[in-house]
Amino acid sequence: MSPKTLYDKIWDAHVAHEADDGTCLLYIDRHLVHEVTSPQAFEGLRMTGRTVRAPDKTIAVPDHNVPTTLDRANAETMTADSRIQVDALDTNAKEFGIHYYPVSDVRQGIVHIVGPEQGWTLPGMTVVCGDSHTATHGAFGALAHGIGTSEVEHVLATQTLIQKKSKNFKVEVTGKLNPGVTAKDITMHVIGETGTAGGTGYVIEYCGEAIRELSMEGRMTVCNMAIEGGARAGLIAPDEKTYAYCKGRPQAPTGADWDKAQAWWETLYSDDNAHWDLELTVDANDIAPSVTWGTSPEDVLPITAVVPDPASFKGGKVDAAKRSIDYMGLTAGQKLTDIEIDTVFIGSCTNGRIEDLRAAAAILKGKKIKDGLRAMIVPGSGLVRAQAEEEGLADIFKDAGFEWRMAGCSMCLAMNPDQLAEGERCASTSNRNFEGRQGYKGRTHLVSPGMAAAAAITGRLTDVRELM
Amino acid sequence: MQKFDTLSGIAAPMPLVNIDTDMIIPKVFLKTIKRSGLGVNLFDEMRFDRQGNEIADFVLNQPAYRDASVLVAGDNFGCGSSREHAPWAIADFGIRCVISTSFADIFYSNCFKNGILPIVLPEDQRDALMKDAEKGANARIEVDLDAQTVTSSDGDVYTFDVDSFKKHCLMNGLDDIGLTMEKAASIDTFEAQASADRPWV
Repeated sequence: MSPKTLYDKIWDAHVAHEADDGTCLLYIDRHLVHEVTSPQAFEGLRMTGRTVRAPDKTIAVPDHNVPTTLDRANAETMTADSRIQVDALDTNAKEFGIHYYPVSDVRQGIVHIVGPEQGWTLPGMTVVCGDSHTATHGAFGALAHGIGTSEVEHVLATQTLIQKKSKNFKVEVTGKLNPGVTAKDITMHVIGETGTAGGTGYVIEYCGEAIRELSMEGRMTVCNMAIEGGARAGLIAPDEKTYAYCKGRPQAPTGADWDKAQAWWETLYSDDNAHWDLELTVDANDIAPSVTWGTSPEDVLPITAVVPDPASFKGGKVDAAKRSIDYMGLTAGQKLTDIEIDTVFIGSCTNGRIEDLRAAAAILKGKKIKDGLRAMIVPGSGLVRAQAEEEGLADIFKDAGFEWRMAGCSMCLAMNPDQLAEGERCASTSNRNFEGRQGYKGRTHLVSPGMAAAAAITGRLTDVRELM
Repeated sequence: MQKFDTLSGIAAPMPLVNIDTDMIIPKVFLKTIKRSGLGVNLFDEMRFDRQGNEIADFVLNQPAYRDASVLVAGDNFGCGSSREHAPWAIADFGIRCVISTSFADIFYSNCFKNGILPIVLPEDQRDALMKDAEKGANARIEVDLDAQTVTSSDGDVYTFDVDSFKKHCLMNGLDDIGLTMEKAASIDTFEAQASADRPWV
């Protein structure tokens, strides 16, 4: 048998039909659903008299629109149009009999945090969701990617997706990370190397010592942003850490099923001599605490750098860099650590897990945020929130001057009231720094949780290593 | 789905690289439970000021390009979120074809579900069509999906690749779900075997 990559193995285990031209029907093991990209899909089922083929493999949770204020049980806290979408998800979940975590459930949270937390996501699975950050689940060695609403409807109706196979891209991060450097910095650094289109047409497998050393939370952060590098999905081979994370989760197998599952999971790795269409090696030692200066996730630099000169780029990127620097209100040559911020956001499917909150708390303990700064922490799920309270992290945040919020997507995409005002500048642990992403004319600098906490203390982009 | 066979139309130039789905349709317009009516909000933050007035120098506000049915765009068009609202807005505006050197994966596949043809061309050919598009309303670009060609206003012909299955569906306006349901027996067989092999799934 010819050697295979991890992606090849998961792909081969899920092909339900292959046409002569290589177009496949890929069987989907888990379909995650949220309120923004699903209403039209359920409506499509109704209009054609179709049903959900596998409701037991379909899991819904509202996250994009939900308020994160403590009074959110009061329906008035949600705008009418958001309420319509959340109500539609309520109705659709009940009508079609799918698993559902409503806003009032402590297990509610960001779909990509809830899935792994509840044990829905397991190694070797195919996982899709009408959300590009579905790539997160690749941390378990699951083939996971975002789909459009038409595809959501297709999966609901058929439990398959029409796909052609992507190419294999190996990203190896050798050596150990230096202090202050995190999973977020790895994933941002890699995007800085590949560019936002560098992964287009590929599934990335992240490997190497620095990746193996990461916790499951860190691995989720890395895979989460595979999409920002253009990749269809990011993958990390499962290992003992993966099994330990999954074991005992509400939806994880038990007993003989667990043993059978683990035996299969242990075969899920890329064989020696497997074929890679593209390879990139990064030395962990070359990765610094990183920050974005522009309006594309590829606009990444070490915190010690300066805002670049647009003329230093090539092709269409010259004009794009000029536009970004103008939009961001910066000047070429300005030190990144001189950039003053007025908002800090810690949360999102990239960095809203317990380890992220611990990293922020380690910097914030006994400190106060800069006067006048707005800072909020939005846990990725109700359970992350509860755990952070139990560990005393919530008190550290509140004492420092952070708002301690309920779970949701919040200011990552600002579909709820958590938004930047025009011209406001945010150090954010989210995943996209696009124009207007966090609010009309808002300015976003992507950073790790520790870097966000450091910026909250000083009121400017800050090298977290100075506060460690 | 609306069929796509040939198209002759005005092409609007948008040379900016990495035009993302937040630019194409900002999140405030995602709070709909319908697919229709998003064309008025296409490129909203680039096209209108906060009072709703048109920003005169934005390409689709210029008289020559108001009726554009093709976009010639910078690299990596459609990056970002999976929101199908982006192709819904593009199609609703009346644009049926986007030409670039590369597209983000999810956006590319969403286009085909909505009667839009995304065409990938090498940089020099895209650049030539960009220059052509900059000539304005008199420069019409012709697209022939069956022949897989784009013809500039000067008569230069460029050929492009497209997946044969996607082409077939687009040319015939076919519903994917209906096609897949014809293979229900294969799905049933796979599902039965998979649940025996992997009962924990």
